[in-house]
Amino acid sequence: MRWYWIDRFIEFESGRRARAIKNISLAEEHLHDHFPGYAVMPNSLIMEGMAQTGGLLVCEHGRFQEKVVLAKAPRVTFYLPALPGDTLIYTATIEYIRDDGAMVTVASHRQDQLQAEGELVFAHLNGEHHDKVLFEPSAYLRMMRMLRAYEVGHAADGSPLREPEELLRAAASSG
Amino acid sequence: MPTKEEIFEKVQNALVDALGVDEEEVTPEATLVGDLGAESIDFLDIQFRLEKAFNIKIPQKELLPQDVLTNAQYVQDGRVTDAGLAELRKRMPWASLDRFAANPKVQDFTNSLTVEDLCRFVESKVGAA
Repeated sequence: MRWYWIDRFIEFESGRRARAIKNISLAEEHLHDHFPGYAVMPNSLIMEGMAQTGGLLVCEHGRFQEKVVLAKAPRVTFYLPALPGDTLIYTATIEYIRDDGAMVTVASHRQDQLQAEGELVFAHLNGEHHDKVLFEPSAYLRMMRMLRAYEVGHAADGSPLREPEELLRAAASSG
Repeated sequence: MPTKEEIFEKVQNALVDALGVDEEEVTPEATLVGDLGAESIDFLDIQFRLEKAFNIKIPQKELLPQDVLTNAQYVQDGRVTDAGLAELRKRMPWASLDRFAANPKVQDFTNSLTVEDLCRFVESKVGAA
């Protein structure tokens, strides 16, 4: 993921819930044209940010061994525009997780106002896609570290979230 | 133990939420793919909702036995063989496969499943009253 639509995690409870911040800035070039004279964060990118929050939560639960992709968004509703200078807090909660995928509810808040909410379905790629590599282990590590998941995160038992051994080993062996 | 009516109601809710269709469209005869517009990824979503609504486990291959439909032993020239049909009937006793069996093209398989089939599948998992 080089396409970052969250700035950092502020909570990361393994297998349960994650919260991330998105600061919207007029320095983001896409806002200059969306729309000329009235900059508003595109809803599709807010959804992508919520999906990144939930997707990494699902990935971490599987210790980054599954290939997690956003499969569908059965329902997403936007209530308020998000403008430059706004800070959005995305919350993703795992409702259900199985071997073949997960369902996550998401919400975006602007201060104490509900800005958007919805449901997202993630699938674990398998079968013919099993051998595909979506991200190198080192990329996952870099992403999670940069988003400060390990600074704020907790494992299911409440202990501090740790970088998974499998990922550290794989990242070390791939250089 | 839920009644058949209760099962239908919950299945209907799951399909309305997963597929964004109106409640009235979800009739027992409606096909999931043809009438309600389900795509392959929707089956995962439907399974999540049914597992949650009925507190059951639905193994991946139980609702859609893709392993049969992609097995050269059971499929020839894009059609399910007699042995394949027998295997499908064994694995899916809750599905009415007669219409599919008349012209068993693999690509038409998912389109043969109806809301009623799905209700019977749930009944087989929970044991309806």
